[in-house]
Amino acid sequence: MRFILSFAWRDTRSSRRRLALYSLSIVLGIAALVSIGSFSANVRQAIDTEAKGLLGADLFVTSPAPLTAPVLEYLHGLGGTMAREQTFSSMLTFPATRRLRLVQVHAVEGDFPFYGTFETEPAGGLSLLRGPGGPRVILEPTLMDQFGVKVGDPVKLGRTTFTVAGAVRKVPGESPGVAMMAPRAYIPLAALPATGLASGQALARYRAMLQLPPARPAGAVVRAMKDRFALVRLSFDTVEERKRNLGQALSRLDGFLSLVGFVALVLGGIGVASALHAYVRQKVATVAILRCLGASARQGFLVYLVQGTALGVAGALIGGVLGVSVQRLLPLVFRGVLPVDISFFLSWPALLRGMGAGVVIGVLFSVLPLLAVRRVPPLAALRSAAGEDAGGGPDPWRLAIGGAIAAAVAAFAVWQTGAVGVGLGFAGMLGVGFLVLGGLGGLVSWAARRFVPRRLPYVVRQGFANLHRPNNRTVLLLVSLGLGTFLVLTLFLVRTTLLREIAGADSLGRPNLLFFDIQDDQIAGVEAAAAGAGSPVTESAPIVTMKIGALRGRTVEAILHDKDNRAEDWALRREYRSTFRGALSPTEKLVQGKFTGAAPPGGGPVPISLEDGLAHDLQLHVGDEVEWNVQGLAVRTVVGSLREVEWRRLEPNFFVVFPTGVLEAAPKTYLAALHAATPAASAAAQQAVVEEFPNVTAIDLALVVQTLDGIFSKVAFAIEFMALFTVATGLVVLAGAILTGRHQRIRETVLLRTLGASRRQLAQIQLVEYAVLGIQGAVVGALLALVGNELLARYVFHVAAAAPAGQVGAAIAVVALLAVATGFAAGRGVVDHPPLEVLRQEA
Amino acid sequence: MSLPPMLRVSRLTKTYPTAAGPLTVLHEASFELAAGASLAIIGPSGSGKTTLLGLCAGLDRATAGSVEIAGETLDGKDEDERARIRNASVGFVFQNFQLIPTLTALENVLVPLELRGAAGCEPQARALLERVGLAARADHYPVQLSGGEQQRVALARAFVNSPKILFCDEPTGNLDGETSGAMVELIFGLNRERGTTLVLVTHNPELAARCQRVLRLRSGSIVSDEANVLVG
Repeated sequence: MRFILSFAWRDTRSSRRRLALYSLSIVLGIAALVSIGSFSANVRQAIDTEAKGLLGADLFVTSPAPLTAPVLEYLHGLGGTMAREQTFSSMLTFPATRRLRLVQVHAVEGDFPFYGTFETEPAGGLSLLRGPGGPRVILEPTLMDQFGVKVGDPVKLGRTTFTVAGAVRKVPGESPGVAMMAPRAYIPLAALPATGLASGQALARYRAMLQLPPARPAGAVVRAMKDRFALVRLSFDTVEERKRNLGQALSRLDGFLSLVGFVALVLGGIGVASALHAYVRQKVATVAILRCLGASARQGFLVYLVQGTALGVAGALIGGVLGVSVQRLLPLVFRGVLPVDISFFLSWPALLRGMGAGVVIGVLFSVLPLLAVRRVPPLAALRSAAGEDAGGGPDPWRLAIGGAIAAAVAAFAVWQTGAVGVGLGFAGMLGVGFLVLGGLGGLVSWAARRFVPRRLPYVVRQGFANLHRPNNRTVLLLVSLGLGTFLVLTLFLVRTTLLREIAGADSLGRPNLLFFDIQDDQIAGVEAAAAGAGSPVTESAPIVTMKIGALRGRTVEAILHDKDNRAEDWALRREYRSTFRGALSPTEKLVQGKFTGAAPPGGGPVPISLEDGLAHDLQLHVGDEVEWNVQGLAVRTVVGSLREVEWRRLEPNFFVVFPTGVLEAAPKTYLAALHAATPAASAAAQQAVVEEFPNVTAIDLALVVQTLDGIFSKVAFAIEFMALFTVATGLVVLAGAILTGRHQRIRETVLLRTLGASRRQLAQIQLVEYAVLGIQGAVVGALLALVGNELLARYVFHVAAAAPAGQVGAAIAVVALLAVATGFAAGRGVVDHPPLEVLRQEA
Repeated sequence: MSLPPMLRVSRLTKTYPTAAGPLTVLHEASFELAAGASLAIIGPSGSGKTTLLGLCAGLDRATAGSVEIAGETLDGKDEDERARIRNASVGFVFQNFQLIPTLTALENVLVPLELRGAAGCEPQARALLERVGLAARADHYPVQLSGGEQQRVALARAFVNSPKILFCDEPTGNLDGETSGAMVELIFGLNRERGTTLVLVTHNPELAARCQRVLRLRSGSIVSDEANVLVG
């Protein structure tokens, strides 16, 4: 063993830098796993530490309608402390500039939060609302920056002018993601009636926040309330549930990002295997000499196994250190997404897990090429040809190691995803992905041999020839560069596809501004105001709120208590905002039955049209009877047709459409949509309408796109950050592959130099070679990304895929440039050697 | 009672399968060599010299026939058993030196002993390097040595495990005339000092003339096996 260890060490003398580079192939994958694992542990601990601060209370009871007297009575009877909040969307006006912005209004009452801190600038939390003078508001800081508002400035909400008291920083119980959807504005609940916005808001939420006495555990209260108020649409949030939900979300995110990191690790493993394959080929003579001098096959193999293991361990150590450094960056990457403040600490289990995975993958992938060492015959010392096919022929060990690699990859995926099917599916997809890329690599190599014209300049032909000549790395580089390009570009393209789909309305003249909460008597005024501002309303729809009373003759209460019920609870209990009209809208397609535009005369059930997804959730079919409770009045209907609705379009869309002639007399509000040609026209229309009708709320498509873009940016950045590990691994593998071919490269370069090639010509050959490699890797990755984007767009998002040529071209150019830069950096010095010096070294 | 031969080769045949059918490169070669004797194998390129040397040293498996070294047959032995025999009884000198490029001269010489697990044998290796005139270059790497120096290191390595038999494949093939002469003196000097049996393959008639016997090969067959009357 002493000989094996000492020889293994000595044998690396001339190749330590190279071996270190090979180990770098797995470093980034390990770093990704360690950083994500350890960071998740930080977040988990923060969630545990700040558990009660996550909610700010022991229990939230929330309803889409004002909390009823019995509910409030019950809550008071619990003996704790209660705070209340009413939340809804409304337009905030900045009088100084006469500009408007849709905000999420939080009208609060009581000493919330009971745990944790409501952080504001200046400090003081909700007590800032209780200062002297007129009513006060606390605003989202981004809103204040955007509209140039300072503390003390006036803003207008409904009919009331508020004074800005401060900026909100962090609110217990609210995910930072909430602020991404719409900026928040906190006002005192007592100031709400004066605004004129106290009721009639379509998307209002009413909440009681409770601090419970110790004798009343939140879980027991929730169970009791669910029993007692089964028919009231209440939802509950407890600290435990919030922790569990956050934990689950974190596990999913952690699992997903770890899998992305693991792809980098497996790619690195393939890089290690490929580099060691070339390394072993260069060591055939040394092994043959050892065999001549009496070393057994086992001794020879062990020497290189020690090196391979050391490489894996070194990679794991460097990866561990790098991972811990990256972990410090992650709070910046996930800034604005996390609900808790993270304090950095090193999670040893996460570190050991990441490093362990690295060592296992590193060693398994090392062993594969090293098996060839066992088969180097001593005769190779006499005849080098004898060592040529050392790795060839069937070898049961190779199959066994291949199986072990597949098992390790599958086991890791199952472990990370926590689901055998998903894990195995991921491992399978990864295998298929590698095979597809490998197959394409083989195809490109074959095409380069077959189709490159002979009349091309020598340097170009030489560059292409490198794709198919013996010991080429075409397949490996396609896999590594292609996979990295594929991952990152797919993310970019999907984002573009979704944003384009939403933003596309502008170019098609579709509605891009939506007004809601319009009262029955305001619709004509709103239409006039919008038309006066230059953007007439193109579509408006009445909205009547209603609930389901009975399905096929059974009451909702009975269905909810039925254990065999397969209808979804949310669909049974929700408050429906239905409309009535005489025809299908452009966003709808009839999929079953017959749409009835006008209620037939006579007293029979009214034929209505349901959205097909809702019908599925309610287990309803054409011909089934539904009884609606329309604000206290029972209306018998029958499902006459099912519609497919294109929800993505910013147009009035509904789950339930009644024919005309039934609901006209019911209390109703209106929704109006219009197309504003320019941002200025949109602002003018909003101003005109909201100034006259402060209770009306506007949604601007540009704002939706901007908001979604913000959310995509945050989420995509985190994923792209991890995917970049794969790209970087691809480049390290590329550098390793170039270095392994350095021997061969030096020999050729020296021969060309001896035959009179200039430095410039040699550099041109290198440029062509690396550019061709880079471009083909990037093109293959981009092609896969286009396919991935098309599949996701078609089957997951049901939209038309957008693939801007500029974006794809830029990605290809960047990857090709990176490949050329890495190639030149790794091949540095090859051209500079005087022929004689190199010939002597090579002797 | 006479001693058994150091090397006994019987009806040794080597055939390779090729696309055009089996190709026999060595055909039923038989000879014996006494301990301490020297034998030159000569013949034109492609006559099977290196094949015969490789088979004698157990570096390759014969298609038919047998080889015995120091009374121990190589037949039926697996690679590792033959490696053990090589380590215990055989030394090698190759035409292209075959030093391990990542080891210094001293470390190259030590390899056969370290493979045995022997410890504290550095003085022995240094003494051999001194004997071949390279004491001052012990810590140099092969790339820092001239061809002649590399071959002298290879010779020191070949003798460090006190082999019973030394196989040399064109030991002067890559050396100039003067260096080659010095190398030949060293090989035969050490051979005499240590009583080693010597088998060498060469194109060099002068080198062959220094051996006690000369085996001539042509097209894979031994065409003559002559004692060299001038060498005692």
